[in-house]
Amino acid sequence: MNMFREALLVAGKDLRIEARSRVALQQIVPFGGIVLIVFAFALDPDRGLLPRVAPGLFWTAVLLASLLSITRSFSIEEANGARDGLRLSGLDGGAIFLGKAAAVALQLLLLEVVLGFGVVVLYDVSVRGVVLIACTTVVATVALAATGTVYGVLAAGLRARETLVPLLVLPAVTPVVLGGTRAFEAALAGAPSDGWPWVQLLAAFAVLAVVAGVLAFGPLLEEDS
Amino acid sequence: MSTRVGVGTKILGAAAFVSLGALAVFALVVAPPDERQGDAQRLMYVHVPAAWLAYLAFFVTAVASVLWLVPRTRSTTWDLLAGASAEIGVVFTGLTLVLGSLWGRPTWGTWWEWDARVTTTAVLFFLYLGYLALRRTGATAQERGTRCAIAALIAFVDVPIVHFSVTWWETLHQEATVFNRDLDVQFEGFWMPFTLIFAVFAFTLLYAFLVMVRLRLAELDEGREERQLEEAIAERVAVTV
Repeated sequence: MNMFREALLVAGKDLRIEARSRVALQQIVPFGGIVLIVFAFALDPDRGLLPRVAPGLFWTAVLLASLLSITRSFSIEEANGARDGLRLSGLDGGAIFLGKAAAVALQLLLLEVVLGFGVVVLYDVSVRGVVLIACTTVVATVALAATGTVYGVLAAGLRARETLVPLLVLPAVTPVVLGGTRAFEAALAGAPSDGWPWVQLLAAFAVLAVVAGVLAFGPLLEEDS
Repeated sequence: MSTRVGVGTKILGAAAFVSLGALAVFALVVAPPDERQGDAQRLMYVHVPAAWLAYLAFFVTAVASVLWLVPRTRSTTWDLLAGASAEIGVVFTGLTLVLGSLWGRPTWGTWWEWDARVTTTAVLFFLYLGYLALRRTGATAQERGTRCAIAALIAFVDVPIVHFSVTWWETLHQEATVFNRDLDVQFEGFWMPFTLIFAVFAFTLLYAFLVMVRLRLAELDEGREERQLEEAIAERVAVTV
């Protein structure tokens, strides 16, 4: 079996669990939504600040919600000795990483579509530069999901993982938030040429994160904890 | 197991403290005040070497982590060295931020400037705080070694990316520059550059001393609970027999 078929198997397993448990749909997406509303309370919609800072708020909301997705992606491996099952399955460590990261990325994309509508409606943003926005979203999501999955397995099985994952992930993904926000700003301002370099930076970050994950996941999964 | 530090460490410690004392004299008395910044510029003699020491410490952590990950060189010492060095690095990163802030107030007019170097240093600080938190989750090198080593390497690779992205961001909105962003100092004469180089030397000695003491402490602490439990059981058995 090649690596990508193995990755598909793992991604399929995670998405099937999600389809049955509906945690992302019923908890993580609503969480992102309430974060958008909290931002509006904090920044007073009447001052006209929200449309200007909408890109940054969007990515902050995505980042906060992604922490939940990552923690969730590894908490499903805790019950019933599923982690041992994964180790015994004979699947390649890199493939397991790709599968789990892909499942997280798909859930985040769904979340981003919902939050995107939320931002447009709630913050009164007029959308321009759709191609740039779409490319930024895809590339940044891959970067977020890959980085998060690496740190997720680092903290998997530890007692303090719920508090550890945010502390590890947030500083590491600062370039993703910065790049995603600037690219969105460029798109909304009607100057997409300013945004594409940021997409390249995000792409480079995503490639590095995926490579790091494929290399590191096997040894990390084998670790006893 | 002896709990004392070796002679080499003691000599290193003495050398570090003597040179730090000499640095105080050079930095506060011998070196002239800066033409534009006056005495505030003297902060450079602790700010720059503190930053240097932080980078050196994280570099050592990265190297020790690689040595742990390579099966042929794997040894508990490398894991403990990585942790000891990162701890010192975090302390001096924090010190760098505080000293830079103190220097920025009279020079830039603000405690904090979203300058690429300042921002990167702040992210660096939190990255390694996370690493130290991760280290606390395993009592022995075997338990935590691999995950900590990989986390250290990811952090080490992430720092240049953070720096690059923030620098890029900065060059795109240059109009925000009000103050001179660099803590620029025009070196004059002999004593200013000499004092700075001497400061880096003194801080490097201090680093070597601290890392050796911390490593010794970590070695003593490693598996301490299990050892003490075994000793206690042995004592107990001896009493009942």
